[in-house]
Amino acid sequence: MKIVVLIKQVPDTYGERKLTSEGLVDRDASDAIIDEISERALEVALQRKDSDKATEVVVLSMGPAEAKDALRKALSMGADAAFHVLDDALVASDIGWTATTLAAAIRHIGDVDLVIAGDATTDGRGGVVPAMIAEHLGLSHLAAVDGLEIGAAVSGSQATESGSRTVHAPLPAIVSITESADEARFPNFKGIMTAKRKPLTVVSLADLGVDPSFPELARSVIVSTAERPPREGGRKVVDEGNAAAELVEFLASQRLISAGSAKGV
Amino acid sequence: MTQTLARTRQDDGFDLTEDERDLSAMVREFAEEVVAPRSYEADREHELPLDVVAQMGELGLFGLPFPEEVGGQGGDYMAFCLAVEGLARVDQSIAITLEAAVGLGAMPVFRHGTEQQKQELLPALLAGKALAGFGLTETGAGSDAGATRTTAVLDGDEWVVTGSKQFITNSGTPITSHVAVTAVTGRTTDASGRERREISTIIVPTGTPGFTVEPAYDKVGWRASDTHPLTLDGVRVPASNLLGERGRGYANFLSALDEGRIAVAALATGAAQGCLEEAVRYANERVVFDVPIAQHQHIAFTIARMRSRVHTARLSWHDAARRRDAGASFKEQAAIAKLVASDAAMLNARDATQVFGGYGFMNESLVGRHYRDSKILEIGEGTSEVQLMLIARSLGLGVQA
Repeated sequence: MKIVVLIKQVPDTYGERKLTSEGLVDRDASDAIIDEISERALEVALQRKDSDKATEVVVLSMGPAEAKDALRKALSMGADAAFHVLDDALVASDIGWTATTLAAAIRHIGDVDLVIAGDATTDGRGGVVPAMIAEHLGLSHLAAVDGLEIGAAVSGSQATESGSRTVHAPLPAIVSITESADEARFPNFKGIMTAKRKPLTVVSLADLGVDPSFPELARSVIVSTAERPPREGGRKVVDEGNAAAELVEFLASQRLISAGSAKGV
Repeated sequence: MTQTLARTRQDDGFDLTEDERDLSAMVREFAEEVVAPRSYEADREHELPLDVVAQMGELGLFGLPFPEEVGGQGGDYMAFCLAVEGLARVDQSIAITLEAAVGLGAMPVFRHGTEQQKQELLPALLAGKALAGFGLTETGAGSDAGATRTTAVLDGDEWVVTGSKQFITNSGTPITSHVAVTAVTGRTTDASGRERREISTIIVPTGTPGFTVEPAYDKVGWRASDTHPLTLDGVRVPASNLLGERGRGYANFLSALDEGRIAVAALATGAAQGCLEEAVRYANERVVFDVPIAQHQHIAFTIARMRSRVHTARLSWHDAARRRDAGASFKEQAAIAKLVASDAAMLNARDATQVFGGYGFMNESLVGRHYRDSKILEIGEGTSEVQLMLIARSLGLGVQA
């Protein structure tokens, strides 16, 4: 089985995240790391590889030159091969371009049975790239599952408003996993040493047969950017016998609980 | 905030290869995510967290400086020391557990063991599935290890070992497989006609009748590290449990001590670094008289000195480790690294605790633990006085021990 895992390098979640005046991620503002949700997606694939040595895990990333660090970490964790889509024309890609490019790269890798991705990256938070790739490649699609059983088909548990349901899909498929999926392993020392000898292929849009002007696609344009407003002080509820009621009222006003459930208190 | 931390991560690793950087990054992440959350409780309960040890085994840390043929990871001493430094930043007890497991547990078997001893003992030790101790220190034999009183007498095809040992690391954990003890196995006369004790090393497996691991010490620091006195009362082990040549026990141990100093220097550097990072973080957060204390020049300069000590200590152990890995002499450099780095740890722990004020005196605080933990760095693996003696001797100054 060949599994492709989508990897994204993002600004450190705990670091300062800033946009440049053009609305691009300011890459100097903080350390670049492999997105934690990408690591969890890789863990799902590596667990399959642990139980079935014939499984081949390929990691794929689209990003600037530094994105190779994220791919190298994925290789040291246990992936077999890496593909890096690197092209100046991809600076400031939006979701449409990204999905088109990644779909072309998956086609380029070839004979892919399963694609695994995080449900949303911590920087972009679009959450629709996997669905768009499914559309491009005609893959079946499971969105936001908490874990994944991989066999002749794939299945996983999906949270719903009132509980959870199990969903499954035939292969080939693309699956996005949530943060409830298993935490990723650490690379071990041998993994770090062997990562250097594993293939890391850099491809351009031309290699993928993608027109760098994406003529078919509408695209989003950044008109302006603004800093997030500073945090305001919270509201203090002092208990004078009516704290519970005040708390419920506050939570309902913030739509954190529904008025219906509030009545039950 | 991570920004500030990222800046205090300081690139002292100019000489590091890409692999070494990746290894350091991996250990740092493991230390923060797996080791640190357990440290306070482990220290309070005086209990080595064995599940953390098991995970370190999975990462390959116990096999770092050993070749793959014997089950090691194929790294070198530099790699091993980087791992020790990375762990010590958040938890000295865990770092010394690794340092002793490799330097005192596995390394003597790898260096001096017979093929059979290696095949029997190394796989579990290098995977972190077993720990081993080295029993040298006795009531009257510390820095002067030649004063060993424990004896081992050959009776048929068995050694009968009698005596006691003190402060033996990793000797009593549930996964301790053996302790290698030094013992007097005879007396020889040297060229000048003086009688000398012949000291050999004997492997004593855990659970051998007569071998008692006494209750753990109540230590000031390194409290999650496993340390016990040992009693050996007519302990019988096969003659084949002799580790290394008969009569070479002390000499073999001394050679291990030199390289162990580099690892302890790395450990001390990690401690000094941990104190530095905590001090920078807290000084930026803590507001006194309307400004963060980092803006008070005294605090800023205190921290600048801390940083300078880390830098000096790190360069010092890097140099000693590189020399060792290149096959060059490193005795003097190891002594200097141990001296400088243990000073750095003790002084940085003291300064960081001062920056923290009362909070630093709480056992929950990392700097408070480093304050207790760092003192032993000036004592173990050769006291600072022993390092000074070695450095003085390397200059041709004829000082007496």
